[in-house]
Amino acid sequence: MKAPIKWLKDYVNINVSIKEYIDAMTMSGSKVEGIEDMAGGIENVVVGKIISLEKHPNADKLVVCKVDVGTEVLQVVTGAPNVKEGDYIPLAKVGAKLPGGEIKASKLRGVESYGMMCSIDELNLTKDYLPDAPDDGVYIFNGTPELGADVKDVLDLDKVVEFEITSNRPDCLSVIGLARETAATLGQDFTERKITVKEEAGGDVNELISIEIQNPELCSRYAARVVKDIKIEPSPAWMQRRLAAAGMRPINNIVDITNYVMLEYGQPLHAFDLEKIQGSKIVVRTAKEEEVIRTLDGQDRTLDSEMLVICDENCPVAVAGVMGGENSEVTDDTRVLLLESANFKGSSVRITGKKMGLRSEAAIRFEKGLDIENTIPAINRCAELIELLGAGKVVKGIADCNCKPYEERVMKLEPDRINSFLGTEISLDEMVRILNSLSFKVDTNNMTVIPPSFRNDITQFADLCEEVARFYGYNNIKSSLLSGKESTQGKKTYKQKMEDVIRYTMMSCGLNEIYTLSFASPKVYDRINIPEDHYLRNAVVISNPLGEDFSLMRTTTLPDMLKVISTNTNRNIPEAALFELAYVYFPVEGEILADERSTLTIGMYGKTSDFFVLKGAMEELLSAMGIKEYEFRPEQNAQSFHPGRTAKLFIRNKDNEMVYAAILGEVHPEVAENFECPKRTYIAMADVQVLIDASSVEKQYKQLPKFPAITRDLAVVVKDEVYVGQLMDLIEQKGGEYLEEVSLFDVYKGEQVADSMKSVAFALSFRAQERTLTDEDVNIAMERILKNLEKTFDAQLRA
Amino acid sequence: MKQQLESIQKQAMEKLAQASDLKELEELKVAYLGKKGELTQILKGMGTLSPQERPIIGQLANEIRGSLEEGILSAKNRLTRELRNERLKAEVIDVTMPGKMRPVGKKHPLTTVMDEMKDFFLGLGYEIAEGPEIELDYNSFEALNIPKNHPARDAQDTFYISENVVLRPHTSPVQIRHMMSNTPPIRIICPGRVYRSDTVDATHSPVFHQVEGLVVDKGVTMGDLVGTLQAFAKAIFGENSRIRLRPHHFPFTEPSAEVDVSCWGCDCSGCRICKGEGWVEILGAGMVHPNVLRECKIDPDIYSGFAFGVGVERITMGKYGIDDMRLLFENDVRFLKQF
Ligand SMILES: [Zn+2]
Repeated sequence: MKAPIKWLKDYVNINVSIKEYIDAMTMSGSKVEGIEDMAGGIENVVVGKIISLEKHPNADKLVVCKVDVGTEVLQVVTGAPNVKEGDYIPLAKVGAKLPGGEIKASKLRGVESYGMMCSIDELNLTKDYLPDAPDDGVYIFNGTPELGADVKDVLDLDKVVEFEITSNRPDCLSVIGLARETAATLGQDFTERKITVKEEAGGDVNELISIEIQNPELCSRYAARVVKDIKIEPSPAWMQRRLAAAGMRPINNIVDITNYVMLEYGQPLHAFDLEKIQGSKIVVRTAKEEEVIRTLDGQDRTLDSEMLVICDENCPVAVAGVMGGENSEVTDDTRVLLLESANFKGSSVRITGKKMGLRSEAAIRFEKGLDIENTIPAINRCAELIELLGAGKVVKGIADCNCKPYEERVMKLEPDRINSFLGTEISLDEMVRILNSLSFKVDTNNMTVIPPSFRNDITQFADLCEEVARFYGYNNIKSSLLSGKESTQGKKTYKQKMEDVIRYTMMSCGLNEIYTLSFASPKVYDRINIPEDHYLRNAVVISNPLGEDFSLMRTTTLPDMLKVISTNTNRNIPEAALFELAYVYFPVEGEILADERSTLTIGMYGKTSDFFVLKGAMEELLSAMGIKEYEFRPEQNAQSFHPGRTAKLFIRNKDNEMVYAAILGEVHPEVAENFECPKRTYIAMADVQVLIDASSVEKQYKQLPKFPAITRDLAVVVKDEVYVGQLMDLIEQKGGEYLEEVSLFDVYKGEQVADSMKSVAFALSFRAQERTLTDEDVNIAMERILKNLEKTFDAQLRA
Repeated sequence: MKQQLESIQKQAMEKLAQASDLKELEELKVAYLGKKGELTQILKGMGTLSPQERPIIGQLANEIRGSLEEGILSAKNRLTRELRNERLKAEVIDVTMPGKMRPVGKKHPLTTVMDEMKDFFLGLGYEIAEGPEIELDYNSFEALNIPKNHPARDAQDTFYISENVVLRPHTSPVQIRHMMSNTPPIRIICPGRVYRSDTVDATHSPVFHQVEGLVVDKGVTMGDLVGTLQAFAKAIFGENSRIRLRPHHFPFTEPSAEVDVSCWGCDCSGCRICKGEGWVEILGAGMVHPNVLRECKIDPDIYSGFAFGVGVERITMGKYGIDDMRLLFENDVRFLKQF
């Protein structure tokens, strides 16, 4: 809401600087979004009269003028095509300041010039503000303003404060509402203005119009006046300027007056051509299905039964609170006017406006719910202005259909409770003073308080507390820290602790944490080689996305990690190791909400990354989470991954089942290419909940060994396709009670090993808890191991 | 003989002092003290001495042997030391060369800031509550005193999945869920991802993070809210921070406030961070609206509470001087490694 200061001053004395004013308003709850100083940068520009005008001796397009500025006569050269002798013009004297710069004495083609005649552009004003200004050339004043007067005064250049009005305060979408807040904030009185309507046309409005509200739920009050002898013409300059300053374009006297009253009172008004209203009757009802109205913007609108319309005897003439109909439009030929001042239900106006894609200044006000007691003052003010401007003659009386006469809300005033709610010690007197300044009626005998009709937002105790606190000053409330309250224990859940473990383990492994957005494009599945009908393609769909590329909730984090890797590669960053802990989202059959799965994603590329670094990070994680039983199984069928360089991780859960927990591997070269990632890009994706469910923080100390271990090396030659993991499993199985540890130390191919074979070497360590082992003990175990390796994998002991 | 002994001693000591390696020293040891060494040879001739001379010479010989042994030992020490010093000299490394341990990864600044907030509130006895990001409209709006078609919904720019399901525009639905399933005293914070349909630019992202807080108990006052936020500001922005509350409107709190913190860049004198204002808006807060308590089956005549919500991205950007929100989600490693 843009409020011109001079307009506010019609209702309240603002006796502080603009800076102090906006600071005070901000701290009492009317947030200031900006100030526009229309006179900003203009100094020493005065009214001058052209007393003579001669051709420039050396230039065809210039003229030399003598300009009377009251105290002196100045010679001014101008190229403006529109000036003539006798014109009153704004003259920027030597030393004057304009938004475009300072004026200096100059010589134009050899003739001295002591100033500049200004166009509205040079004064930084618009045609909305000064509609009589020429499109091109110097501004020429209407009438005969005082010579030498400051144009800022003559043109009424004002400061305009733009307030952010919150949805609970529709009353402040008006000059009067803001003036009331100003008065309470500055400790000034709000000046009530008495409205006088002369009703010169006489007669009786009720003989000209009857009003019927068929749906009082959606329209609680409908008031109308009739104005005869309408003369449509431009509104006066002062009104045009105020409207323009408040951000509304002047149109003609009738439109301007209704807009002016809307801005001043916060009550939207509508004007109909009464002669176009069939049957001298206004019916307020919901529309019939498929009923059509052509609105003022020339569009045919199909209505439905939820929309409230204003009708005459036959058909709709306006969509209530949203837009008028073309069939009842006020035109230059209009002779009799019907003025509407009504109270429509906010949500109804809002829904209808939304369906039609219309949201006018009027609708913005209706939507928030208006003061039912404001309809009559507003329509009277409108009538008063019509008379003042000579735009028509007002018929006697108001046709007022008031279905729900306003009832004052009597509320309890509980000063002690207010103080104990706020944590303050505000006296009753102070509370009464504050509430009175806000037009609340306080009765200290009965300890009751009645909010004014325009404060529909005040309905309960907490609302009163806010009013008291706002003007007591939020920053005067003494701070305390829940002292004396029952204490509570601050703690993280097991899941939250485990997520911390995951983060810290990942960082210890050298991975940097990333954050990516949760959206996905439906096109992304093709790019990661996901087949049609794959479950990952079944995503939660956003009905109003920012665009197709952001229209799904992601079911996999793979594309996002690849995008980040691609970003880094494209910036010539040679290597990176990254992780993200975030959710993916799966629709669940028969459920309203989604299954949100916490996912750990690892991504790495560059010279320090390979599959085993990736696997190492997963192993560190398993160790940190206390997951002891797990298995990495080769995975050839994950479409996004390299078929020979990918594994799935299975872990033993609390139900003693081996369950899938993660996939890890090299990205499929096609996928890497699709994302412009390095050929060797490594990705792991783990289901965090599965990991957490199998995790354990319980630790038990195991005694350190007392007896020495015996270590043996074992090298065997096997076929290439035998997995090292299979060999190790078998060694562990057959190693006997003393086998303590098996570790791989070499895999060799080449000389002395046949093609399609490999040599695999392990270090085995044996130990007994209660005695020192003998070579004999170990030899038995080694023989057993070798025999089984030979039998199962056709392994040959390597000499 | 005495003279002979003394000259051997003198000669030996001189040679020992000149010995330049351990091998030479060993040779000297053999030459003087060995079975065929000079001293031994002389002592073998002791038989020719008179009984009076024998003990005297014997004693002298022992003394000389002792001093020679001592001399050898000290020469050995000297040589070992010299040898070690030489080796150390040869082993000099350039300590200014970079370290080799794989660097640890860095926590994303958003996590760091959220962790700081969590730590602060855990210390004050708050629990950390979580809830779904894809939420019921009811939990996200209606239970928060924002019925369907309420004008306050305009400000939210919410993503809808269906008429009754949204991407939560704030973490407040977590508060609702918590109040529905717990009884006071309640002290929780709700960190998490939230969504609003803003296109990505330097100051907006359709996905961002919030930490909201909720306290409900008997006798909770607005002063408690002020005190909590004051302590929070000090914890996050430094000991000298002050806060300023401006009355505002949120449907789910009454009274409501927007809260500014004294600018950490200039301490209120005006700078680039605060755009010359001296204060930086950091959060919204207020006393829980009685309608919200009622909706959650908590009697507002018995209990009161406060709630607040802070945008993690804005705080993170402010704290670290990050001038473009996109950097937080772009994940350039050179950016990540700075934190
Ligand atoms: Zn600053």
